[in-house]
Amino acid sequence: MSAVGGVVRSGVGRRRVQTVVVGLVVMLAVTAAVLGGSLMVASSAPFDRAFAQQNGAHLTAQFDAAKATAAQVSASAQAIGATASAGPFATTIISPDTARNRDSEPMTVVGRADPGGPVDAVSLISGRWVTGAGEIVLFSDGRLPEFFQPKVGDALSLPDLPGSPTLKVVGTARSVSETAGGWVMPDQIKALTAPGADSGYQMLYRLASAATAEQIDAARTTLLANVPAESLTGTRSWLVTRTNSAGNTVLYVPFLIAFGVLGVLMAVLIISNVIAGAVGMATRRIGILKALGFTPSQVVRAYLAQALIPASVGAVLGVVAGNALTVGVLAQTNRLYGTSDTGVSWWLDALVVAGALAMVAITAWAAASRAGRLRTVDALAVGRTKGLRHGHTAARLTARLPLPRPVSLGLAHPFARPARSATIIAAIAFGAAAATFAVGLGSTLNEVQATESHGDVIIHPGKRMSGPPPAGLPTEGQGRVAGGPPSPPDPVAVVRAITAQAGTAGYSGEADTQVTVAGLTNALDVLAYTGDNSSYGYRMIGGRWFSQANEIVVSTPFLTATRTKVGDSVVLTDHGVDITVRIVGEVFNTEDRGLQILTAATTLATAEPELRAMSYSIALKPGTDKAAYVKSLNTALESVEATAEVAEEDTAEFIIVVNALTTLLTLMLVVVAALGVLNMVVLETRERVHDLGVHKALGMTPRQTIAMVIASVVVTGLIGGAIGAPVGVLLQRTIATQMGNVTGFTLPASVVDVYQPMQLVLFGLGGLLIAVTGSLLPAGWAAKTRTATALRTE
Amino acid sequence: MTEPVIELHEVSRRYDGGPPALDSVSLRIAAGEAVAILGPSGSGKSTLLNLVAGLDRPSSGTVSVDGVRVDELGEAASARYRRAKVGMVFQFFNLLDDLTVADNVMLPAQLAGMARDQTRQRAADLLGKLGVAQHSRAYPGRLSGGERQRVAVARALMNRPALLLADEPTGALDTASGEDVQQLIKDLHADGQTIVLVTHDLALARACATRTIQLVDGRVAADTAMNRVR
Repeated sequence: MSAVGGVVRSGVGRRRVQTVVVGLVVMLAVTAAVLGGSLMVASSAPFDRAFAQQNGAHLTAQFDAAKATAAQVSASAQAIGATASAGPFATTIISPDTARNRDSEPMTVVGRADPGGPVDAVSLISGRWVTGAGEIVLFSDGRLPEFFQPKVGDALSLPDLPGSPTLKVVGTARSVSETAGGWVMPDQIKALTAPGADSGYQMLYRLASAATAEQIDAARTTLLANVPAESLTGTRSWLVTRTNSAGNTVLYVPFLIAFGVLGVLMAVLIISNVIAGAVGMATRRIGILKALGFTPSQVVRAYLAQALIPASVGAVLGVVAGNALTVGVLAQTNRLYGTSDTGVSWWLDALVVAGALAMVAITAWAAASRAGRLRTVDALAVGRTKGLRHGHTAARLTARLPLPRPVSLGLAHPFARPARSATIIAAIAFGAAAATFAVGLGSTLNEVQATESHGDVIIHPGKRMSGPPPAGLPTEGQGRVAGGPPSPPDPVAVVRAITAQAGTAGYSGEADTQVTVAGLTNALDVLAYTGDNSSYGYRMIGGRWFSQANEIVVSTPFLTATRTKVGDSVVLTDHGVDITVRIVGEVFNTEDRGLQILTAATTLATAEPELRAMSYSIALKPGTDKAAYVKSLNTALESVEATAEVAEEDTAEFIIVVNALTTLLTLMLVVVAALGVLNMVVLETRERVHDLGVHKALGMTPRQTIAMVIASVVVTGLIGGAIGAPVGVLLQRTIATQMGNVTGFTLPASVVDVYQPMQLVLFGLGGLLIAVTGSLLPAGWAAKTRTATALRTE
Repeated sequence: MTEPVIELHEVSRRYDGGPPALDSVSLRIAAGEAVAILGPSGSGKSTLLNLVAGLDRPSSGTVSVDGVRVDELGEAASARYRRAKVGMVFQFFNLLDDLTVADNVMLPAQLAGMARDQTRQRAADLLGKLGVAQHSRAYPGRLSGGERQRVAVARALMNRPALLLADEPTGALDTASGEDVQQLIKDLHADGQTIVLVTHDLALARACATRTIQLVDGRVAADTAMNRVR
């Protein structure tokens, strides 16, 4: 073995703690970087990537089978110059009931023998694809609450069909293009079509140019001209699907990207700290090697190898761990974004490993070169003659504190090595910032969700519970075809029942309608309220809630689109009647992409005298038993076509997903921060081991030793927490504001200002917790160090 | 012989299965004695000192100091024992560079929980008695070797120990400073302090000790009463 090889072997083998710490830190840093990097990749234009992965349909067309043949539909692909096409697929509409979801809303079912193909290659989420009669694969949108998610094994009964047949759910699948609510074998379509009902064909096209609405419109016009008259019953542009999809996911992308960046930055910081510290500690050993005849380049080579051996092992383990963790995370992001990412990109693994090892090599090279350039006599003196230490003033001051001496001794330690302390502070600050940010993110998301709750109890029309919207009906602009609308319940009877109930604090009746506004081409949704509690759950941004007829409250996108502001008047046109209204308030409301108008029902009384509230939201007095209230109210509503139920309080699935992701990343960042502290305290303890021996020789007990080591990180922990917590708040506010900017909403204070003062104090103390956790192990080692051994250590 | 302060009975110490650093050593040291442990490198002098100080434990045998079975003490108890019974002086002083002279001296008392005013007063008295009071606010790095060793002695005496252990106390000093420390040890002994001194320096032993114990290969080769050189 060469001399350098021997030095490397002994360095790696004998300094086991350091070797393990370097390996562990690199492993965690690489894991965090792989996870963070994957998250950044996954969160980068998720819809577009999912669309590309599935060869999504730029244009989806629905044809009436009675007016066009399959051959005519098939030929349309060539007529419009599609670069790829799929279909025609036979389609029909079914209205299934399930045991969990007693709902008869219609669903488009498409006959497809397999999920793949040149266009709309559907991703199977669970179960398998259909193989025969009586089977169905259901469209699943991961963003629906768990209750509404279809499950493999569910049975769908079809009461509208002769013999009330059932379909067994054999799988769930995701179509980014949202082309169907379910898929069956093609030969099943006929059996699923009700007597006298129309069946249809679905055709999917990919176009050479489909980036703008104009290009899609041009393709649609060409299509219309090349198929039999009135055979084209509906089309859907991928741009519409993308807009609808972005509505949900775009809110969360900045958060996840911020976490990814934090993970990568943390990895950089910790690796460079650990390696520089490890090599720096070996200066005296380097002096001995030089005295024995090692050249500076041999020294550098030896220490590069000593750093790279454990780092390489750590990097390999980190990649394995990162990939294993990322698979779980990608399952979550796939559900969130509709993507079908299956693993970490090979280039990301390579980049992270190469980056980590390069960082190790550069840091080790820099530290070893500096030590290698030292005069041999100076290098040998390191550890024997103590260099100039800072912090004498701090030591003097802490000695005067009315604290046990071991504690005051420890408190002064960070001031002796300001540069090292700064790196510990940075590591702690990262961890504290990550924790603060994660909790802020969770609160922000919960607050966003809270703005969608407008009552404790909801009354729906009809006697059945409302269910999930059916997916996959290609109707331009809406994307879905509603079933026959239920009739509004008798308002007098409903209000009488509500007001007669004990526990009612207030209520509102909501009627849906649409109006046009001067300057805007599309009709806008209006929620017209009756009752005394219409503002429940809404968060005002400016102005006030409406208090009388002809006052409206709108969201930021409405003000932007109409170039108006609170206090301005606009003209609504409802059924040909112009109504001049004044905007009295700006509210956070994401309905109808932020264009929904909220007003009193009396505003529309002249235009729609027959407008009735379709549903009711009821606020309960504190302490009221919701279930008992609903039961009693439903009894009172027996003679009315309406059903009361407790408002859904389950956290939306996508919020759970985002929270799970951020919790995982936060834990990793906090662990890496604690590991950074551990490494620094190990170095510090090793450097002070002789002093430690002196302390013990003078009568310092193991408990006092532990107290001293822990106290040595208290100041850095507090400073790190004091820096990290505000940085976390700043990050949360910046990202939340960015989230609002991207979506065009002004976020209410309740969504942005989510921290309580006491919470901030706790996050600040979180830095202390990270520091103390990281110091516990070395403190234990210090306590166990034998006094005689420590005294002999130079 | 009066009641012994130190009593070793059949004490052996082996490291990692090697030959014994101490081999069945038995000895008694009475209060007020000044004993010099002599011997070549590797003879077991420092091991003996470590066992008496409670810094190490024997592989076999018993070590008692002032009625305390040191060999049976755990880490915390031996720390408390050192605070109460033992003052230590090292060859390289082992002063803490980032504490002032006064803070170094006060440390054993502070670890023992002595009252603040009392601690300060005792440190000032000791520094004055040992002639380094003018350096009380200085850092050890600014002091000469002799001055540092005086500070180390002051620190060792802070808790009024029954026993002063000195490991080559003049080994790192020039001749003048060495003589200075030698006189200091003699003065302490004259005041009644029990002293165990480990040294290579026969002249120091002759000057300071009333008895010498010669160790060779971990065994007591000679135990001799001395007529101290004045």
